[in-house]
Amino acid sequence: MLNISGLGEGVVLDHISAGQSFPIYYQLGLDKLDCQVAIIKNARSSKLGKKDIIKIEAPLHAIDLDALGYIDHTITVNVIKDNVIIEKKTLDLPQTITNVIHCKNPRCITSIEQELPHIFYLSDEGSETYRCKYCEEKYTK
Amino acid sequence: MLRHLLNPLDFSVEELGTLLDLAFDIKAHPENYRESCKGKKLATCFYEPSTRTRLSFEAAMLNLGGMVLGFSSADSSSAAKGESVADTIRVISCYADICAMRHPKEGAPLVASQFSSIPVINAGDGGHQHPTQTLTDLMTIRAEQGRLEDLDIGLCGDLKFGRTVHSLINAMVRYKGNRFTLISPGELRVPEYITQDVLRSTHSPYTETTDLDGAMPQLDILYMTRIQKERFFNEDEYVRLKDSYILDAKKMKAAKPGMSVLHPLPRVNEISVEVDADSRAAYFRQANYGVYVRMALILTLLGLA
Repeated sequence: MLNISGLGEGVVLDHISAGQSFPIYYQLGLDKLDCQVAIIKNARSSKLGKKDIIKIEAPLHAIDLDALGYIDHTITVNVIKDNVIIEKKTLDLPQTITNVIHCKNPRCITSIEQELPHIFYLSDEGSETYRCKYCEEKYTK
Repeated sequence: MLRHLLNPLDFSVEELGTLLDLAFDIKAHPENYRESCKGKKLATCFYEPSTRTRLSFEAAMLNLGGMVLGFSSADSSSAAKGESVADTIRVISCYADICAMRHPKEGAPLVASQFSSIPVINAGDGGHQHPTQTLTDLMTIRAEQGRLEDLDIGLCGDLKFGRTVHSLINAMVRYKGNRFTLISPGELRVPEYITQDVLRSTHSPYTETTDLDGAMPQLDILYMTRIQKERFFNEDEYVRLKDSYILDAKKMKAAKPGMSVLHPLPRVNEISVEVDADSRAAYFRQANYGVYVRMALILTLLGLA
């Protein structure tokens, strides 16, 4: 059993599919945070067999939950205070996401105006389809 | 509240009905509207050439007693110097009361609307939307068929890049009982976001076919479109597809006596000139309706209706 020191105050992202912690680390911009971040790979999980976990010593508002919900809304977000889980948040598919993914349509206005935020909206929840706010092009993961 | 027209769905069915009523009233009594926009200015910001739409907007504003200013290509605007759409519209807002914008990039008028302090009308953005053409089409259909419901509507030609087609489908699914026949070569089929998000999600009956002759007898409306050279990245593909459908007098014999042929214009060769004399050819009347409906739109967005 590998021991990782406890988290006094912060956020634990649990039930990450094994191998996905590093992409999520960069997609959430955790590399830019000036705090302790621990990545645990291939932790044993009764639910998933193997899972990844990310422990972040930062308040919840430092995490872009919309981006995380888009990446994988099955991830559990545990909010820790005084070494105790005070809140377990479940993620929903966000209605809009900003600057998480980029429009690939060469005819989209975002292809020539780089300063525009790349905003996508959820057009079909069942198929988890997102479309560019500007050109309505479907984004395929 | 500042209102824009970016998408045909920006107006509810009721609002569209009111707008079309106004357009028909303008057509019947143009003298009542000759000074409605006196002292107002329309800016036509056209980042790509479009004689027809730009002149239709300008004619509409002039008919209302207003004035027009603008540019007709990106080369003659500050876009050539690298200015963003956001900055351009902020400045145009200081000069004009309303703006009609055409842009080759999809979503540009939406960006403009976010930074504008005057109403923005999408006059066509890439292969995306062309809502004032849709208003024109709706007025034409109502004028020619007497209704916007329970119609068999055939759309033929370039259904992939033809934004007028996408906008018209978006608009017509909101009226009950309409059925759609989508006639195109396989390469130019309507995009899946139209079939999936618009037609299927509204349970609108539709069929896709390559056979114009077979579709003709049941249609109330035949909406022809040009295969648009400027939308192709590959010239060979354009040459191969450009003559896919040509409507001629022989094909028209199979159509209903009360059918109407619409076309957003300009045509190249997809409607033979021999069809022009047929009373069912509504496409030049359609251009005329376009001015009235743009007059109604300008009045509505300026709060003068």
